Amino acid sequence: MSQTTATTTGKRLIVDPVSRIEGHLKVEVELENDRVKNAWVSTQLFRGIEVILKGRPPEDAPLFTQRTCGVCTNTHALTSIRAIEDALELKAPPLAQLIRHLILSTLIIHDHLVHYYHLHGLDWIDMASALDADPVEAGKIVAATSNRDSDPSNLFIVRKRLKEFVAGGQLGFLENAYFLGGNPVYRCTPEENLILASHYIEGLRIQLELGRAMALFAGKNPHAQSMVVGGVTCYDSLRLEVVDHFRRIWAKTKEFVDNAMMPDILLMAKRFPEALNYGKTSNFFAFADFHNPESGNDPYFKSGVLWGNDLTKHDKLDMGLIDEHVARSWYEGDTARKPYDGVTAPMYTSYEDKEKYSWSKAPRYKGEPMETGPLARRALAYARKEKETRTMLDGFFKAASMKPEQLFSTMGRTVCRVVETSMLINRMKGWIDETEKRVKAGDTDIYKPWKMVDDAKGVGTCCVTRGALSHWIRIKGGVIENFQLVVPSTWNLGPRCIEGKLSPAEQSLIGCPCPDLERPVEILRTIHSFDPCIACSVHMVDNRSGGIRKFKIR
Amino acid sequence: MPNGKRFDALKMLAGGPKPSRREFMKFCGTMAVFMGMGPAFAPAIADALMNKKRPSVVYLHCAECTGCTEGLLRAYEPFFDEIIMSTISLDYCETIMAASGQAAHAALEKAVANPEGYVCVIEGGIPTYHGGEYGKVGGETMFQLCARVAAKAKATIAMGSCACFGGVQAAAPNPSGAKGVNQALAAVGVSAINISGCPPNPMNFVGTVVHLLTKGMPKLDHWNRPTMFYGDTVHAHCPRQEHFNRGEFAPSFDSPEAKKGWCLYQLGCKGPYTYNNCPTALFNQVNWPVKAGAPCIGCSEPNFWDDYSPFFHPIEDGPKG
Repeated sequence: MSQTTATTTGKRLIVDPVSRIEGHLKVEVELENDRVKNAWVSTQLFRGIEVILKGRPPEDAPLFTQRTCGVCTNTHALTSIRAIEDALELKAPPLAQLIRHLILSTLIIHDHLVHYYHLHGLDWIDMASALDADPVEAGKIVAATSNRDSDPSNLFIVRKRLKEFVAGGQLGFLENAYFLGGNPVYRCTPEENLILASHYIEGLRIQLELGRAMALFAGKNPHAQSMVVGGVTCYDSLRLEVVDHFRRIWAKTKEFVDNAMMPDILLMAKRFPEALNYGKTSNFFAFADFHNPESGNDPYFKSGVLWGNDLTKHDKLDMGLIDEHVARSWYEGDTARKPYDGVTAPMYTSYEDKEKYSWSKAPRYKGEPMETGPLARRALAYARKEKETRTMLDGFFKAASMKPEQLFSTMGRTVCRVVETSMLINRMKGWIDETEKRVKAGDTDIYKPWKMVDDAKGVGTCCVTRGALSHWIRIKGGVIENFQLVVPSTWNLGPRCIEGKLSPAEQSLIGCPCPDLERPVEILRTIHSFDPCIACSVHMVDNRSGGIRKFKIR
Repeated sequence: MPNGKRFDALKMLAGGPKPSRREFMKFCGTMAVFMGMGPAFAPAIADALMNKKRPSVVYLHCAECTGCTEGLLRAYEPFFDEIIMSTISLDYCETIMAASGQAAHAALEKAVANPEGYVCVIEGGIPTYHGGEYGKVGGETMFQLCARVAAKAKATIAMGSCACFGGVQAAAPNPSGAKGVNQALAAVGVSAINISGCPPNPMNFVGTVVHLLTKGMPKLDHWNRPTMFYGDTVHAHCPRQEHFNRGEFAPSFDSPEAKKGWCLYQLGCKGPYTYNNCPTALFNQVNWPVKAGAPCIGCSEPNFWDDYSPFFHPIEDGPKG
């Protein structure tokens, strides 16, 4: 399953499964002079939720679509709700919109944090090196780079836990990690690695509380249940002690974002400058989100299109220009369709011939592949000269000695993710204050009744963790006639389209270094920088020249 | 447990001061009660959780959304980092493992060849149509992978309603022929413990693992679910039950009755037909759907996507199917 093959065009490497993502993904690259010359990204699972939705009551759709992904979880529910509310011309009350803002923003922050430390983190952090660290020295670094003090006691505990973990001889989730036995592409010092490892563990505790924060209003996490067509149902949460509880978790998270995530991303940009020079794509777009809960205008995240890496210009987004291609996907035919008229007719052929090679469709805007996600959102805001983004990013460019155009890179993508986390957690305070004000005033208006219509269509859009999510519904006879989901990871990690244009992830891999076929760390860094969410699983079969490598802890 | 005093297990596990030990034992006591064993069982739990040699766990992902893994990340006392660093050895789990591709594959083969054996956990349904080609991992169909790994396991746990019963992708018309573990793998002799729910409460999973480590196989109901967690209906412990008994139903989500917290039966609540411990165990220590004003959708029951829907209407004659 995982041979490197020599062909006339060069060496091939398959990575399957790609771990530390959501879902099942397979990446194949062709190499020339230790660099990627051609790439194919293939999603490896078909579930057919769009097919299952047909004929069901529209108001049930959010519960189904939410199960597309347990990582993005309530974003799919919310996007379906918006599509149906669009079809019904229904507007949920302001307090309901605010509560949805709180749930969505918490989810984005949760997701960014978990991706940064727990999914992407082990591409940069050498946990074994942390064993050699001096906690006192590491404490001094913490004090010098954040508002935390130099007290090393937690760092001593983390080092001791890691030592005991490794001494037991059972490496568990670190088995065969690419840093074991030493690897020159892991560049942080032992002290820096210890700090990062301590944030890996601390981040696990923080994300659990963020899940709790969502559950305070959503009923549970993952998979919210209180968000419904017309508003939200959580009357029991309209209490000051609930808002206070939420605020305490917010404050704790903000402290972590300010004093762990932000210093850590600056450290990484400095330690891995080469990752600012590969992983580039060309075109970007974003939807708008976090509109004013009363007016429905003035979104905090704005929509737009950015072409050809030009940070001085931006275009308006036209939803009518989105098509989904299936020519290279395991679906019938080769007709590109508008999402309202999308067809999901599975037809597996084979992987090897690359005629059709993925279960993902290939969405295009004006026929072009578009990257979506934190990089797209921040680059657009930068091009739009939004003050907050400009201040944050220009400050970062200076501190990390990087150029603005280096945002379009593997590391740039991750920088934008962390910067966006910081912006969003600051913005959340206003929504918490406003929720508190309404709760204090006795506002219990969180649901607007509605009547299902016989014939209608609607689209719901959402700025989710990984980019622009849209759900498209056609209602006929009061039930779902057609339902299509166009998700960020389909935009970013889909296959080629009928014209043979590479998807953003495929494009980003071209030129990516791969000097060590047994440990394709740079390829993983680039693929992970998109935060793939395949809602099945990505699988990398990497190529092996010899037997199984023996890994030893230093 | 949700309201129990938080003990700093991190410090305790690193050999911290004695009061932490006392707090750890308090946790073990709470866990013993949660499992229905009584406080006297706490020392056995402490022993199992502090095992020097951690039992190997191989966690496979099939047709799923990773919501069950996400749920597990939210485990509380013990925390997820304690579970993977001090309780079990998570030798294969694509969501968090460091290695990808061939290195991941090698980790799997090593775990499966471990002479001391392993516990297999499966999340997700298993696609069966067209030879299972709708779902592949490392070139192998999910069906083949699960069959060979689960068949050799000391015990298999089906994590979440997809692995238990096929889940959302098995809803009509089940385009990929998704099946639950026991349905798909009975022929190779697999009989998995079902931890159902969408996602299940992570404590139901942790409690089951603790039971396996301390007392062996827990008592199961006719759907192979541990009765200590799935023995009663959601309705039986619902705080809104008194309204049900008095015939006090919320007629719509914006009604004064909904605001007062009356019974959600007429809005589609499937609590009376659903076996799970949501009202007592709570999700994320603070809430559960009915408390948040949302009808129970019956997510721990077989085929609930078809048999318990439409979700916002009562089913007069009980579930279909």
